[in-house]
Amino acid sequence: MAKTRISMKVNGTEVEGLVEPRTLLVHFIRENLQLTGTHIGCETTHCGACTVDIEGMSVKSCTMFAVQADGSEITTIEGMANADGSLSPLQEGFRMMHGLQCGYCTPGMIMRAHRLLKENPAPTEEEIRQGIAGNICRCTGYQNIVKAIQYAAAKLNGVEFKEAAE
Amino acid sequence: MIPGTFSYHRPASVAEAINLLSTFGEEARPLAGGHSLIPMMKLRLATPGHLIDLHGVAGLTGIRRDDDKIVIGAMTTQQQLLASNEIRTALPILQEAAALIADPQVRYRGTLGGNVANGDPGNDMPALMLTLGATYRLEGPNGARNVAAGEFYQGAYFTALEPGEILTSITIPAPAAGHGYAYEKLKRKVGDYATAAAAVVLTMADGKVASCAIGLTNLHETPLLATDAANVVISTGLDAATLKQAAAAAEAIMSPAADARGPVEYRKHVGGVMVMRALQRAAGRAR
Amino acid sequence: MNDVTPTREQRTAALEGLGCKRKRVEDIRFTQGKGNYVDDVTLPGMLHGDFVRSPHAHARVKSINSEEAMKVPGVLAVITAETLKTVNLAWMPTLAGDVQMVLADGKVLFQNQEVAFVVATDRYAADDGVSKVVVEYEPLPPLIDPFKSMAPDAPVLREDLAGKTSGAHGPRKHHNHIFEWTVGDKELTDAAFKKADVTIKELISYHRTHPSPLETCQCVCSFDKVKAELTIWGTFQAPHVIRTVVSLIAKLPEQKIHVISPDIGGGFGNKVGAYPGYICAAVASIVTGKPVKWVEDRIENLTATSFARDYHMTTEIAATKDGRVMGLRVHVLADHGAFDACADPSKWPAGFFNIVTGSYDFPVAHLTVDGVYTNKAPGGVAYRCSFRVTEAAYCIERAMDILAQKLGMDPAELRLKNFIRREQFPYHSALGWEYDSGDYHAAMRKMMEVTDYAALRKEQASRRAAFKRGETREIMGLGVSFFTEIVGAGPSKNCDILGIAMFDSCEIRMHPTGAGIARMGTKSQGQGHETTWAQIIASEIGIPADNIMVEEGNTDTAPYGLGTYGSRSTPVAGAAIAMAARKIKAKAQMIAAYKLEVHEDDLEWDIDGFRVKGLPEKFMSMKDICWAAYNSVPPGMEPGLEAVSYYDPPNMTYPFGAYLCVMDIDVDTGVYKIRRFYALDDCGTRINPMIIEGQVHGGLTEAFAIAMGQEIRYDDGGNVVTGSFMDFFMPTAVETPHWETDFTVTPSPHHPIGAKGVGESPNVGGVPAFSNAVNDAFSFLGSTHIQMPHDYWRNWQAAKNLGAVAA
Repeated sequence: MAKTRISMKVNGTEVEGLVEPRTLLVHFIRENLQLTGTHIGCETTHCGACTVDIEGMSVKSCTMFAVQADGSEITTIEGMANADGSLSPLQEGFRMMHGLQCGYCTPGMIMRAHRLLKENPAPTEEEIRQGIAGNICRCTGYQNIVKAIQYAAAKLNGVEFKEAAE
Repeated sequence: MIPGTFSYHRPASVAEAINLLSTFGEEARPLAGGHSLIPMMKLRLATPGHLIDLHGVAGLTGIRRDDDKIVIGAMTTQQQLLASNEIRTALPILQEAAALIADPQVRYRGTLGGNVANGDPGNDMPALMLTLGATYRLEGPNGARNVAAGEFYQGAYFTALEPGEILTSITIPAPAAGHGYAYEKLKRKVGDYATAAAAVVLTMADGKVASCAIGLTNLHETPLLATDAANVVISTGLDAATLKQAAAAAEAIMSPAADARGPVEYRKHVGGVMVMRALQRAAGRAR
Repeated sequence: MNDVTPTREQRTAALEGLGCKRKRVEDIRFTQGKGNYVDDVTLPGMLHGDFVRSPHAHARVKSINSEEAMKVPGVLAVITAETLKTVNLAWMPTLAGDVQMVLADGKVLFQNQEVAFVVATDRYAADDGVSKVVVEYEPLPPLIDPFKSMAPDAPVLREDLAGKTSGAHGPRKHHNHIFEWTVGDKELTDAAFKKADVTIKELISYHRTHPSPLETCQCVCSFDKVKAELTIWGTFQAPHVIRTVVSLIAKLPEQKIHVISPDIGGGFGNKVGAYPGYICAAVASIVTGKPVKWVEDRIENLTATSFARDYHMTTEIAATKDGRVMGLRVHVLADHGAFDACADPSKWPAGFFNIVTGSYDFPVAHLTVDGVYTNKAPGGVAYRCSFRVTEAAYCIERAMDILAQKLGMDPAELRLKNFIRREQFPYHSALGWEYDSGDYHAAMRKMMEVTDYAALRKEQASRRAAFKRGETREIMGLGVSFFTEIVGAGPSKNCDILGIAMFDSCEIRMHPTGAGIARMGTKSQGQGHETTWAQIIASEIGIPADNIMVEEGNTDTAPYGLGTYGSRSTPVAGAAIAMAARKIKAKAQMIAAYKLEVHEDDLEWDIDGFRVKGLPEKFMSMKDICWAAYNSVPPGMEPGLEAVSYYDPPNMTYPFGAYLCVMDIDVDTGVYKIRRFYALDDCGTRINPMIIEGQVHGGLTEAFAIAMGQEIRYDDGGNVVTGSFMDFFMPTAVETPHWETDFTVTPSPHHPIGAKGVGESPNVGGVPAFSNAVNDAFSFLGSTHIQMPHDYWRNWQAAKNLGAVAA
């Protein structure tokens, strides 16, 4: 099958590659661009481990062809740290609140939470749970992920984070 | 789970898209949000030779008011429906349903047109379209035509779409001001199709139901309009006995398949329960 | 000098040792997408392998035609059983003493069984090749119901076993029988039942499910023809065992095999065993001379690589009329699928199921387990539990509720009446275990106080009355669970895998600057070993945890260990770490004595160094001792500061806990709501409370999923009907309840730091809590036992069967 040349901006850098039309975006990101932080968990659009941010949308990159992303602006987990290399508030929140264990769902979870907080900077617990319902975590039971996102929201909003009483 | 090979086309206009679909015939499939088609392709249960991506087609997205109608471009996403003030005001039931479709990521990509046009009995929007009396604009090699949602669904994955045709927009008459609405969906978890779901749009006058439409999701090989059930509640105050009668009338037309969501008997039973709950909740919202 | 001398508290805190909620070391890379998982491994020239799988549950393979597949651009080879026979690898031994087809040899025995392995230049071409392999099958009648396995006319599944009247675990009674395992005293148990005032008998099933970590099973095999060395990167919970197994079955010298487990995306027991994908990728690499990657997809994972549970437990309790248990009798029908590929210690065909007497003082008990073949996927892995312990805990916890119901007693009261008392420890159970420690009454009473159990029962009574009056359609259930686990496999007297005793190991090397590296035979899959192991060392030798790097998973550098599963890491490796650290400390003491010019016995340990007794100003920090170890050791002493410990535990550990689930069920839809879930765990000494709490949250979430819907279900034709995340219940943040955690601390008397292990407790204790809540909710309508999983439609079915829903 003939290959198509595509180009896009990923984490602020212009990239290009040759892909078959059927090349899934997640494979392009992981294999052509060697950005392996984006993971594959279910392949049936349920788990969200492959979530990336495309043009202001959280997208499961296992369910989109790379050619469809031609010309787009994409952010992956590798583009999430602060400019000085330190952990961004979300990344820090996940660490401080023990919002991860095996780390496999974490990149997708952080990418989804990133967009959620852009759209809703101070979500309630219920809004967070609904907002990350496209991401499956097998380790944490989500409770500390919710706290991690609340931590990040507080930090981004410049308010003190009060851990919800147990 | 890798799709088979295909050629990718990204037309810029409806005419170009129709031309491509006509040229490649059975080999071609239009691609909207892709969240039904791409998983099928990854399982190689769908192996189109040509994929016609509609994302580049101008004029297929957007929501606009046209007198007493709302016109929604077929490529408008569920997320856009959820964010639209027009929809919030005129067709809040669409937002209630959209929020129950799949999950946040899927809603950014999934389109209203894709949801209503692919004929999957599990999709939520078709029953709402029946309930709201929507009309689909289909454009094809022989021009454009309007088909009522009620005439569109012929069987599971079989619709009134002719070869070469695509759905370009959906027109929905704005329900009366003060209407009550509810979409009751029973599902096992976020991301699941309905075990059973019921859509209700009604108006009330003096505590009695003045008008009512009831749609059913995933309880038959096509979405259903539960006309008898709706007739049962007209002029009633939705007392317990009436609700039960309505549920029974709705159950009479259901023929769901047994699947991991439950046996037929269960799915019909909860279908009736969804009808009763949707009626009650809709009535509570009517002004 | 204006130095501020740190206080003792500050010095202790600076170590971030035992009891510290230390933030995880791993998270720095994981939160930035810089983990290194198997699928992230890319090697030059790497090929990809993918399986052709059987659509049939039971069929004869008439022919395999790979002609068209070989024409697909990029496809290099199609490996079948015939290919594997040339290297004697068409079959492989299982950990349970059976053999298993690597690729279908003459017939297929379960749906999605591996039939051929297509090797290609990339994963797309491999998948294309798979779609072009033509296999001709002759379908045979499938055997799906384990209760029909031993029927006289049941189809013969394992033709390779024809004429074999005994297997690895003794005599076989039928062509589909695998083993019978018996424990306990039958005569005394029968006698107890004859004398009993009250008996109960119930078939309690624990359905087939699957661990399904978010990362599937995968590997990269790279054979170096020049050096004749095989390197395998894989998702292995037990890398050393994999190396030994590969050496034994591939006849490669063990030193020429390098097994590397990089970061692992969850295991939960799924990644203990050896699967055909590993063998095929290794063979393909040896044949092609190129690295070969195999990554299973989710459907393959759910349907082919192992399963968990599928135990059908006929359970009887004998008791006095005032509720004292007198005897327990259990018969288990164990569905092992097509091959017995259980990942149990070799001598234990049903794992440690004989912990089934639970937390109760049963004077006598008798247990038999029959393992049978069916046309289902092989496995029987310990899904977040020690071997078959979750089945045992479910069995006894459900049975105790059934007994309480029959006696008209409160389930909590019945348990309190029958608990092993604190003064009975160490306690010898009727089925052969020595429970090391426990204070069950204290834990149970704390649970009842914190949750105000009595008030909940009162509320339930009034809600039941309201239901009967027709005022509500919701019923309320209280699920009590009090579990005792048996973890930390295990003492060499009990436990081995293929003859290797189940010890574990630690090697610590301290560097001159007071930093060090510790290597273990275990392998974290999310448990946070890099964080917690350093904490043990920090407390033992007074070096800050941040200065200790923990490394696991590389068989070339790590000492031999049996890996991470069955909650064995803390009980076994955790002990090895403490013991290795104590060896370091002993040598350090000699060095300090030499440097401080006193006798060793004149030194005392003080948080982070040694102090001369009575002379507080004469102190040498561990950091300084590390330096001294490399330049001024006592005459005759070898320089350096290293230690290795291989720890063979004297006993298992026995964590326990008291859980309560409060649930409301809408009888009209079967929809349930978990109103409250309280989990009190006693895992002995708590190394990192933050991580313990995280483990409990995760285990409870898995327990919730299993009890309330997660199953691998087959239809009558042997087709898996729950083969993707659409139908295999995998709860999201929306469905998952809020968890309340609590604890008591009863240290293990035989473990060096008193720790017992916790990762699996919430799964073991959680499942009965959920199931008992559902059963408790329905009990007033006349039911005694409703089988799991308790998904919506089954709850509705139960309500309907009990007359609570009009037809």
